[in-house]
Parts: sequence; C-alpha cells; structure tokens
Amino acid sequence: MNEIILKLKSIYDKYKIIIILAGSILLLLVPVIFPKSYIMGIICRILLYIILAGGLNVINGYSSQFCIGYAGFFCIGAYTEAILALRLKINFWLLLPIAGIVTAIAGLLICLPTLKLKGKYLALVTLGFSEIVRLIALNWSSLTGGPMGLKGIPVPKIFGIEFKNSLSYYYIFLFLVAIFLFVTRRVINSRIGRAWMSIREDEQAARSLGVDTSMYKALNFMYGAFWAGIAGAAYAPYTRYIDSTFFTLDEGFNILSMAIIGGMGTLIGPVAGSIVVNLLTELLRPISEYRLVAYAILIIAMMWLRPQGLFGASKSILAGKEIVKKARKAEKEAAA
Amino acid sequence: MKVLLEAKNVSKHFGGLKAVDNVDMVIYEGDIFGIIGPNGAGKTTFFNLCSGVFPVTGGEIYFNGENITNLRPDIIAKKGMARTFQNIKLFNYMSVLENIKIGFHIHSRTRMWDAILHTSVYKRDEKLAEEKGMEIIERVGLKDYKDILAGNLPYGMQRMVEIARALALDPKLLLLDEPAAGMNPNETMALMEFIKKLNHEGYTIAVIEHDMKFVMNTCNRIMVLNFGKKICEGDPEYVRSNKEVNEAYFGKGIVVQGGTM
Repeated sequence: MNEIILKLKSIYDKYKIIIILAGSILLLLVPVIFPKSYIMGIICRILLYIILAGGLNVINGYSSQFCIGYAGFFCIGAYTEAILALRLKINFWLLLPIAGIVTAIAGLLICLPTLKLKGKYLALVTLGFSEIVRLIALNWSSLTGGPMGLKGIPVPKIFGIEFKNSLSYYYIFLFLVAIFLFVTRRVINSRIGRAWMSIREDEQAARSLGVDTSMYKALNFMYGAFWAGIAGAAYAPYTRYIDSTFFTLDEGFNILSMAIIGGMGTLIGPVAGSIVVNLLTELLRPISEYRLVAYAILIIAMMWLRPQGLFGASKSILAGKEIVKKARKAEKEAAA
Repeated sequence: MKVLLEAKNVSKHFGGLKAVDNVDMVIYEGDIFGIIGPNGAGKTTFFNLCSGVFPVTGGEIYFNGENITNLRPDIIAKKGMARTFQNIKLFNYMSVLENIKIGFHIHSRTRMWDAILHTSVYKRDEKLAEEKGMEIIERVGLKDYKDILAGNLPYGMQRMVEIARALALDPKLLLLDEPAAGMNPNETMALMEFIKKLNHEGYTIAVIEHDMKFVMNTCNRIMVLNFGKKICEGDPEYVRSNKEVNEAYFGKGIVVQGGTM
C-alpha cells in the first residue's frame, strides 16, 4: 500500500497542474454527468461528511483529544442557521460564518472545564454534551420547534440562482469542502499544527518546549467545532427541515467511524473514509439494519489489518505497533 | 560571576516522602553543573521542580534574578530554560526535523490567519524554523536522518535529537537528565565532547548523570543528593574526597577491633 501511495505521489508531482485542472473540471461537471438527483444526493452526503469527518479528525487525529460527541456541534450549527434564517431572515452566506463562530464558542465552553481530562474521560464528557444538546433541541419547543422540528428553512441564493436541489447544492458543498481542505492544510503545516501534533505525541515534552498546551488544546477544539458548525449551517437549508433526530449519538459515531476508517491524522483520510462509508451505506441498503453489523465487521477488520486507517500516515497515533517493531529492529541492528 | 539559577530551601514532599528536602543550590553563568546521587536521591524530582513540572512544597527558585517558583513549564521554557527527560520524550511519529521545528515554537508568532493567508509573519517563521533547524541538525550530526521518524532512531540518536530540540529554544540554561543513559562508551565520549563544546559556545548546562567518569570529566561543580538532602557541593576533586559522598555510595566502614576495615 505504501509503495502504491509513493508511486502515485511521484506521478502527481510530475503532472501536478494538469491533474489539478482536470480534476477540478471533472468535479465541476459532476452534476452534468449524473443528472439523477438520487446519485447527486449521495455525492452531496459524501461532501458534507468530508467536512464533518475532517473537522473531527483535526480534534481526534491531530491533537489526540478524543471527541465522540461531534454530532452535538453539528446540531448547534444547523439549529443556529435555521433559527436565525427563519426568525431574523439573515442571509445564508452571512449565517455560515456566524454558525461556525457560535459553534466554536460552544466548543470553547465545553473544552475549558475539561482541559485536564484525557482519553476516555474527555470522550465521556463530549458524549454527554452531545446528548444534552440534542435534548435541548428536542425540548425547547418555543425556540427549536421541539419534536416538530423547523420547517421551511429558506434556500440559499446568489446572483438570482436558487440552490434548491442536490444538483445545484452540490456546488455549495464542493465550495465548502475545497475551503475546508485548503485552510486546514495550511493550518496543519504551520506552527499551530505542529503544536497540536506535539500535544498528541507527548504533552509534557510539548510544555517543556514552551507550547502553551491548554491554549492550543482549546484552539484545536474550537477549530474542529467551527467546521461542524459550518457543516450544520450548510446542511439545514439543504434538507430545508431539521429536527433533533438527525443529531443523535449514532450520527456522532457515524462521523467517528469515517474518520477512523479513512485514517486519522491525515488530511486525505477523512475524505476516503466519507466516500467508503457513505457508498457502503447505499450499497448495503437492501439489508437494512444489518448494515450496522457490516460496519462493525469493517471496523474490526480495519483494526486488525490496517490500524492506521486506509490513508493513515504511519505517523498516525493508531499505527503504533508497526513503528515500535521497526524501532526495535533498528536498535538491534545498531547494537550488532 | 552572575547567578543564573538559584534554589533556596527547596522542598518537595509526596505525602510523607521527602523527595527533595531543603536543598540550596546556585548555578553560575558558564557552569557545567553536575547533580549526582544514588538512585532515588531526588535528582530528577529536583529538575522537575526547577522546570515547573511539579509545584514545590516549600522554598523558592530564582532564574536570572526572577522568581519562577511554581510557574507553568511552558512559561519557564519561554524565560530561557530548556530540558531533556530521563526517559526520552520525543515526538515519535514526527520526523527529526519536525521535532526540532517545535523547539522554535517560542521564537515564532504565527497566528491562525497568518497560517491561512501565508502572511510575511508565517513566511519568516517557517524560514527561521527550516534554516535554523537544519543548522542544529547538522551540528549534532543527524543530517542524514532528518526525515526519519524520531521513534525509529536508535536510542543514542534519540538522546541527541532531544538535546537538539532543546537547543532550538536557544536557552540560557540547559538541563540534561541522564543524557548518557543507554549510550555505548563511544557515544558517551562524543556526548562529553559535545557538551563541553556547547559550554564553550556560552551555554550554561546542568546535568544529572550516573556515569562518574562522565561527571568528573565534564563538570566544574557538582552537587550530591542523598535521600532528598544535599550532602555535598564543590568541585570534582572535593566531591571525590568527601567522606559523606563515599559513605552514600559505598556505605560506612565497619568498626572492628583495632580500627576500620
């Protein structure tokens, strides 16, 4: 697998401009190639989950804070957009960043009391948070419509074009995915991304090198939450109707499984994870609820065969075993 | 001589255990200061107090004239104190160069928007980390290994990466916790030379070490701890001939009829 990746990479480096150009033209033409709204619906789902799994991957994969209640942030973003659009008639394009910022603040609020928690303890707090958010959405009827949900969320418009079905909405999702990948790539390859990774690898060492770990962990959580908010804000006008059942814990686990299957700690991992899991969901539709069993088998098989995920770099935190083995071998050779 | 690090009556108790008990210590600028003592003497705990990993139970620590008692480790690092760890703490799944780049964290100030927009601040920081990082890597002789994951290197090299990473902070004081542990005699010799060279270049160094040859040959002043207490401080000759130190290491002579054995 690694050799294949390396080979692909060398081909990519050679024809970089051509590949990027052809790729973007192809991506722009997708609705023309698949004019069926069923297929475009699946593709839109894939794009939406790329943002979600990618945002979660920034938290879980890069700074190794284990968040499993990511659906809570998704929920906050979606409701923020829906409520503000319905009540105050604020423009969708303005609501995107607003929802992102509101969700990031929610991320900060949950993160502050939990900065000292690690691993499973933090995971439990985020789990509880996700449920609390969902229950608020379910029970605060005057604001969120309660079990009736929010109906008739206005569709986004730009230059007189209405994005009212999956064929046109595809471009909004594509635009957001492109921005997400571009921005995240730049952040990860900077001092900030390195600080996050140093926290993942060894928090004590990071502190001894002058990294304010509490601040960077909070920033990391906010960054991840921000993109969940954006995804939520893009999702609400897409379905035009939201209620609390969209944002259950299962949704959180669904996003998490994409991040894990794709490979944590890489940019491309969640993209692959989203494609694989969403396609599987469609392919396995005939066996209905048994597909959950299929997921379980897939995740177990992945842990067994490729613990770092499909595209997980060997530096992924889940790839520990192989590296330790290699290191022992190198040590033995050095000793001999 | 200027005092760089001063500990006044520093204590650390873990419950009833007095890991460090009323220790006074002064490190002057330009020193290679050795801290020795039998296992469990409290050497590493003392280092942890100086670098802010634990809060002290009592006493005060001054660094460069400033009271740094109970400050956070990252703040102390920013003030110019870098350290390595007894059990190596490298960023295992990052390359050697990336490890060292994190050492430049306190010398850079890229913010989120700088990174996203690739502003001049970002470009300056990346250039600094890349160029100075390579410089340090060449100095410690790890140029050929710069893209290898730090966790894959053999033990002795990992120690050097850790020292290189600490050097990236450009510290006034470098605390080395058992830098020669797990090194073979050749590597230890090279490390000794390297530490002396760093000292010539103006770094003040404090080192915990078990290897007596190493300590006696590199340090100009030595402090001996035993059961958390300071039992001796002075130059190598003085420490070598000190009775209490000998007793701590070798035990007391038994009094038999007619004299000592």
